[in-house]
Amino acid sequence: MSIPAELHYTPEHEWVSIEGTTASVGITEFAAQQLGDVVYVSLPTPGTSVTAGEPCGEVESVKSVSDLYSPVDGEVTEVNTELEDDPSLVNAEPYTAGWMFRVRVAQDGNGDAALPPDLLSAAEYEELTKSAG
Amino acid sequence: MTSFAGWQMPLRYASETAEHQAVRHVAGLFDLSHMGEIAVTGPGAGAALDYALTGYLSAVPTGRARDTMICAADGGVLDDLVMYRQGEQEFLVIANAANTETVYRELADRAAGHDAVVTDATSDYALIAVQGPAAAGILGPLAGPDLGAMKYYAGAFGDVAGRTAWVARTGYTGEDGFEVFCRPEDASHIWEAVAAAGAAAGLVPAGLAARDTLRLEAGMPLYGNELGPDMTPFEAGLGRVVKFDKPGDFVGREALAARASEGPRQRLAGLTLRSRRIPRHGYPVLADGQACGAVTSGAPSPTLGVPIAMAYLEAGTDLEHSVLAVDIRGDAAPADVTDLPFYRRRQ
Repeated sequence: MSIPAELHYTPEHEWVSIEGTTASVGITEFAAQQLGDVVYVSLPTPGTSVTAGEPCGEVESVKSVSDLYSPVDGEVTEVNTELEDDPSLVNAEPYTAGWMFRVRVAQDGNGDAALPPDLLSAAEYEELTKSAG
Repeated sequence: MTSFAGWQMPLRYASETAEHQAVRHVAGLFDLSHMGEIAVTGPGAGAALDYALTGYLSAVPTGRARDTMICAADGGVLDDLVMYRQGEQEFLVIANAANTETVYRELADRAAGHDAVVTDATSDYALIAVQGPAAAGILGPLAGPDLGAMKYYAGAFGDVAGRTAWVARTGYTGEDGFEVFCRPEDASHIWEAVAAAGAAAGLVPAGLAARDTLRLEAGMPLYGNELGPDMTPFEAGLGRVVKFDKPGDFVGREALAARASEGPRQRLAGLTLRSRRIPRHGYPVLADGQACGAVTSGAPSPTLGVPIAMAYLEAGTDLEHSVLAVDIRGDAAPADVTDLPFYRRRQ
């Protein structure tokens, strides 16, 4: 199972990729496997604010529905509209074509993205999946 | 893997949608060893089952199967069952895993006074199902009974891949298919042999998730969803399993007769949704905005490409003139009443 080293993770099984002050968000391969075939994704509306740890959408699979949590604070700038027609991208390519939304994150004093302190590294997330699996 | 009635079972092997489609178009291979097998044998076995269950089982010829139910004295369904008559005095009753203990105890109690022996034989059997239009072509060359000649809802002793088995043309998917009851120690050999024989044709192993969407499309009830102790077979539209014209009394007769004459208080309906979101067990159904029932089972239908559900609706609901919707976590998703089953295979 793939857990790319360059990404950040949350205990709710989201991944976060940071470029400048833009955070791209999706769910991990572990999450996608646990959910099974994803059939519908409800995403936040661009322009709305999201708060780290708060639900901002839903992921429906054949067997279950789960909240989608924002891993960061900020404003939604873009969502992956491809998922409307093909939600199975979440299963097939969770870290690339299956991305879900992008957030403009506030800057810290150095001009970097201000990230919540409790995001997990790939190694930390791998530990978490071992105890969950 | 998932825990199910005390068994570790595969929810899916890879993609449940792909497994579902394989069963509809080619075939799927299921491990159903969790199902309960209860043997009822002896000179009085047929009469004991006539008294214990809703069906007229003593009239079923050897080598045939029946869908039947076991009800409480108040008419509530304790389990839905498949009964195989394996011989003049040998009957095998298949119970849902979660209900096996209850069914066994009830059968043992109800057989008292009949010349019959009731045995929980669940641990004597593994159950492997091959379901789908290619099932006969895949399993036939490996099986001792002539599967091509076997009628639907028939069964025979024989062998599969050289191992002794009871093979029946039954299933829970809405497709043609077979169920192989074998010794547990022979199960992996038979599984491997069937998997190898069917691989080129596209046979895939299929899990519980696909089994659930297959039976839902086929309009087949699931105990705990469409069936339970708080309803009779009539609510589920399965009054045909209650044989009032059989000789002698049976458990639940009086209550069931009363229910049959007064008509059901709710009816099982099929719903097709126009949304992408999935109606799930317990979600309210609305008629013109007012609650009129609840979803019992719901899923995306791989065959139809839309969400489908079965729901119990109050008997008085005006389905002709009401605007129906399912309350999906606070949003009313428009729904259309659809005749059950959602899917019927070409004969």
